[in-house]
Amino acid sequence: MPFKILENRRLTPNTMSMLVSAPRIAAAHKAGQFVILRAHEKGERIPLTVAEKDSDLGTIRLIFQTIGKSTRLLAEKKAGDWLPDVAGPLGSPTHIECYGRVICVSGGIGAAAAYPIAAAFKKVGNYVVSILGAQRADLLILEKELLQCSDELEICTDDGSRGRAGLVTIPLKERIDTDRPDFVLAVGPLPMMRAVAELTRQEKIPTMVSLNSVMIDGTGMCGGCRVEVGGHTRFTCVDGPEFDAHQIDFAVAAKRLKLYHEHEKCSLDRYMDQTKRS
Amino acid sequence: MSDANPKKKIQIPRQKMPEQPPRERVRNFEEVPYGFTPEQARLEAERCLQCGKPGCRLGCPVGVDIPAFLRLIAEGKFVEAARKIKEQNALPAICGRVCPQEEQCEKLCILAKKSDPVSIGYLERFVADMERRKGALRLPKKRSSTGKKVAVIGAGPAGLAVAGDLILLGHSVTVFEALHEPGGVLAYGIPEFRLPKSIVSAEVDYLKKLGVQFEMNTIIGRTLTPEALLDGEGFDAIFVGAGAGLPDFLGIPGEHCGGVYTANEYLTRSNLMRAYRFPEYDTPIIRGRHVAVIGGGNVAMDSARTALRLGAEKCFLVYRRSKQEMPARRDEIEHAEQEGVEFRFLTAPLEILGDEKGFVRALRCKKMVLGEPDASGRRRPVPVEGSEHDLVTDIVIIAIGNSPNPILTAAIPSLQVNARGGIVTDDQGRTNLPRVYAGGDIVTGAATVILAMGAGKKAARAIHKDLTGEEEPQSR
Repeated sequence: MPFKILENRRLTPNTMSMLVSAPRIAAAHKAGQFVILRAHEKGERIPLTVAEKDSDLGTIRLIFQTIGKSTRLLAEKKAGDWLPDVAGPLGSPTHIECYGRVICVSGGIGAAAAYPIAAAFKKVGNYVVSILGAQRADLLILEKELLQCSDELEICTDDGSRGRAGLVTIPLKERIDTDRPDFVLAVGPLPMMRAVAELTRQEKIPTMVSLNSVMIDGTGMCGGCRVEVGGHTRFTCVDGPEFDAHQIDFAVAAKRLKLYHEHEKCSLDRYMDQTKRS
Repeated sequence: MSDANPKKKIQIPRQKMPEQPPRERVRNFEEVPYGFTPEQARLEAERCLQCGKPGCRLGCPVGVDIPAFLRLIAEGKFVEAARKIKEQNALPAICGRVCPQEEQCEKLCILAKKSDPVSIGYLERFVADMERRKGALRLPKKRSSTGKKVAVIGAGPAGLAVAGDLILLGHSVTVFEALHEPGGVLAYGIPEFRLPKSIVSAEVDYLKKLGVQFEMNTIIGRTLTPEALLDGEGFDAIFVGAGAGLPDFLGIPGEHCGGVYTANEYLTRSNLMRAYRFPEYDTPIIRGRHVAVIGGGNVAMDSARTALRLGAEKCFLVYRRSKQEMPARRDEIEHAEQEGVEFRFLTAPLEILGDEKGFVRALRCKKMVLGEPDASGRRRPVPVEGSEHDLVTDIVIIAIGNSPNPILTAAIPSLQVNARGGIVTDDQGRTNLPRVYAGGDIVTGAATVILAMGAGKKAARAIHKDLTGEEEPQSR
C-alpha cells in the first residue's frame, strides 16, 4: 500500500512541507513521534518529523530540510505522486504534563518537531514561551503556527535579519533570570541543544532534547541510532527521540551523526550529476 | 530402483553438492552451493533405507514425511516430492537452505550411526527449486471458509508458517510487518549468498496466491495496537511472531565508535537495504580492510562472510570459547574457514580503541582457557593473566545475540513475559490472554528459522482448535 502525496511545497530555500495520506499513522500519532520513509524502491530509510497530523482527514505533514540525495529526491515529488513506504508513528511520545512555565526552544528545522510538542504543552495548561531561531530571516519556519500555540514567541536570527540578532540561548538566559521556567524543551542542531543543556544544567531546570539519529528499522532492531545517556546505551528510535539533556553524551551523538558523511557526499554528487545530464 | 537391497544402498556415497570455489565466491554475493544435479539427487535419495522407524521424521520440528519425499525423488518424481513436503512445510526452499539438519532430521537418520546420513536438507532444497523453476507450483486445496479472521504480527519464519497453515484451514489471514519487505530475519538477517532474496519472495508470493494478505510498514504497538486488531479491526485471534530483534551489546568501552556495528545493523544494511550495491542503492555501509566479528553463532559467520564480500582483506572471528562450543552450523563454519575467515578461539574482547575521529582502530582482547562447565553445560572460559593484545581492525561487528523486541509486549501490559522479556506460552503457543498466541524468537529468545516455524505450526493448530472447536485434521 503506497502513500499518496497530497501537497509538497517549499517553505524556505532549503525546507519542504509535504502532506501525505497515511490514515493509520495520523490516527496513532502523538507529539514527539516521527516516521521513517523511503523515497523510492532503492532508497534508504530516513526518519522525518511529523509536524502536524489530521486524524479526521487521515493526513500527516512532514517537514524536512533538503540536504542529501534522499531529501532532494523527496523535494522533487509532486502532489499526486506516491511514496512506497511510510512507517510509524515511531519513537516514544513526549511526556506531556502541566509543569507551569515551559520554554520550547527550536533552531532551524527543529521547529518542525517543537511545534506539535509546544501545542501539546499549551493544551494541558502550561504557559508556553517559544523561542525560534534560524540563521537568516528567510530560513525561519512555522512562525505563524508557533505564535498561535504559544503564549509568547521570541524570534532570533544569527545575522539579525529578523527578530533579535544572535543565538537562541541569549533570550533563554534572560528568561531564566527573569521568569524562571519549570521545564525546557530544545530541538535543533546538536551544538544548539548542547548549549541549551549547559545553560539549564547550571540552573537545575529539567530539560529534554529531541535527537535526530541515523536509523534503519526504527523499531530497536539494528541499534544504529544508539546514543549514550547517563552512561547507558539508549536507542533514539524506541527509547527516544527525547532524552534528558543533562544526561546525554553530546560528543558521542555528534560523532555518530557524521559516520556516513563521505557516503552521503558520494550519493549526492552522483545524484546531482545524473540530474544535470537528464 | 528404490527397492535395491540395503547393502547396495549403503555403498552409495553421500553426494557432494557442487558449489562456487571459495576464491571466486568471496568476491560476489551469489549463492554458494549450486544445488544437486537430478542424477545426484536420485542417487542421494536412493541411499534412504526406508527404515521401519524413521528417526528423521521425529527430528523434524514440523514433521515433514521425509521417507515419502525421498522415495519420490528416487523414483524421479521431483515435483511430487516437493508437494509431499509442502503438506507439512510451506517454505521448503528456505528450510532446505537454512535448517540445522545435522541437529535434527539428519542426526536421527539410521545411516548416521555407521556412516553419513542422507542429505535430507540438500534434497529438500533440490525439489523445492525444481518445482519453482519448472513453474510447477500448484496450490493445494483450501478448506471452505470458517469466517474467522486471524492477524499475524511479523512476517518472519514463525508468522509465515502460521499464515500458511491457517489459510489452508479456511481462515482469513492478514500478516502485519514493520519493515518494508516481508521475511523478517530471512530478509534482513540471512545474506543473499546463503538464501537468495528471490527465493524468499517466491515463497511469500506462494502464500499470497493462497490468499494471505500482507500489510507492510505496520508496526503493531505503534501504528495499530493489539486491542485495535481484536476489537476495531475485527480479528478473532492474533499470533505474535515479532522475533528477537533487540541486539545485545558487550558493555565494553568504545562501542559507540564509528565502524562498530551490531550484526543486526551490518546485515540489515547489506541484506535488506542492499548496501553491498551502494551507491546504486542509497543505503551506505562502512567497508574496512580489517574486520573483527565477535561471536560464534550463525549470525557471526554470516557477518564475517559478508565482510569478506564487501572487500575486507582480513576478517577475524573472535570467540571466547573453543571451536567445539561454537553454536554455528557445521556447514557455515566450514564455508567461513574455506573463505579465509581467521578464527581467534579462546579470545575475549576487552575494549574497542578509537582514533581521533572516533572510528575504530583496534580491538583489545585477552586470551582465555576453558575451566569448569557452566549452567549451559559448556566449559566456562577463564581469562589468562597478562594475555592482553590488540587486533588492528577498522570494523567491529558484535554478533553475540538478541533479546525479544519489547515494542509489542509493552503495548499489552497484561501479557505475561519472562525475565528476558520473552512472551510466556504453553507448548501450543497460547499466552495468558485469550485470543492471543505467540511463537518463535519472541518466546524462546534467538533460535533458528525452523524452530520458529515449528512453533508457528503448533500455534496454528491451537488457533484453529480454539476458533472452530475442531482438531486439525492433518496428523503429524
